[in-house]
Amino acid sequence: MNNWKVLLNGIITENPTFVLLLGMCPTLATTSSAINGMSMGLATAFVLICSNMAISACKKIIPDMVRIPAYIVLIATFVTVVQLLMEAYLPALNASLGLYVPLIVVNCIVLGRAESFAAKNGIIASAFDGLGIGIGFTLALTLLGGVRELLGTGKLFGLTLYPEQYGSLIFVLAPGAFIALGYLIAIVNKFQKA
Amino acid sequence: MEKLKSTLPNMLLSLTGISVIAGAILAVVYSATLEPIEMAKVEAVNAAIKAVTPEFDNNPSDEAYMAATSDGDSLKIYPAKKEGELVGAAIETNTMKGFSGEIKIIVGFDKAGKLLNYSVMQHAETPGLGAKMQEWFSTDKNRQSVIGRSLAEGPLAVTKDGGDVDAITAATITSRAFLEAINRAYSAYTGSDGATGATSKSDNATKEGGNENE
Repeated sequence: MNNWKVLLNGIITENPTFVLLLGMCPTLATTSSAINGMSMGLATAFVLICSNMAISACKKIIPDMVRIPAYIVLIATFVTVVQLLMEAYLPALNASLGLYVPLIVVNCIVLGRAESFAAKNGIIASAFDGLGIGIGFTLALTLLGGVRELLGTGKLFGLTLYPEQYGSLIFVLAPGAFIALGYLIAIVNKFQKA
Repeated sequence: MEKLKSTLPNMLLSLTGISVIAGAILAVVYSATLEPIEMAKVEAVNAAIKAVTPEFDNNPSDEAYMAATSDGDSLKIYPAKKEGELVGAAIETNTMKGFSGEIKIIVGFDKAGKLLNYSVMQHAETPGLGAKMQEWFSTDKNRQSVIGRSLAEGPLAVTKDGGDVDAITAATITSRAFLEAINRAYSAYTGSDGATGATSKSDNATKEGGNENE
């Protein structure tokens, strides 16, 4: 499989949110606005690329029976790096994503790619896989965040498109996340079949 | 290179090695970001102080002190001085009575106890409802704004509780918590400094006279 195919695989055919339905907790919780969804996606993408590469590089020295703890240590390291950097240079964003950044550690997408791809493939291919899945996740979260922000508050990336009182607040709250995600998955399914 | 077999020494070595490397990476990043993180926090507080107090020429963070509130807690007060004279103060206040978790606010009063401005530093209220407090209580519409109100005339309360501040629509709990935090700030501010005049009659009179001039 060449690298471009690996990349597209992550964005379209195996899109983590719309096709694999992995990592639903941060997907539903952080997408109250487009910018929050995008930042969460980018943070996860960074962790995915780094952890995929590191795990691919270390796969020979990790005995099978301790592979999960070893992967988790590596993933947790990168997540902590992201969190420290965000706290230092993007404090406002850190405040709005808050709890969900440390939770990337237990995001099943990251461990899933480590287990199903990085542990079997080379460093370059693993980096492309991490990039593809990361972009796919970011696009999905941005789209979901955008839809929720637009329907809920009449804004998109903070720009007002129509007055807030015509928005329906439910889309910013948890139930709206489920509803919007359900419809987006239905739409994506329709296009994938066609 | 052959993949390592899952023997006990191999597993121990491999996990230890990975943990040591991970620890080293974290140590480097932690020490590199320690200073910027501190700076970011201080800057956020300083920006908030500047936004809520009258013009000052001292460094309020250097002169900050703790003052007791009427309910036995204590809050941090940043006095704002111009040419050595107290012109107002920013008070870092908080409440645990929010709808979800702690609300931290920096609120500024002038010498007479008039609320100048506030800045919500941290909260976990519902987006779209309670989370609107930064905008809601500073918008001059009906009776929802708290800016310019004088707490010397008594603590603020929402209309439902017999006060005269309009609560955020569908977020009365948040509104109550928000006003409580402000009342606590005022109690710490006046309790600590007799010169603010909230307790003495004559100063109250001067304050009211001052208000009429505005």
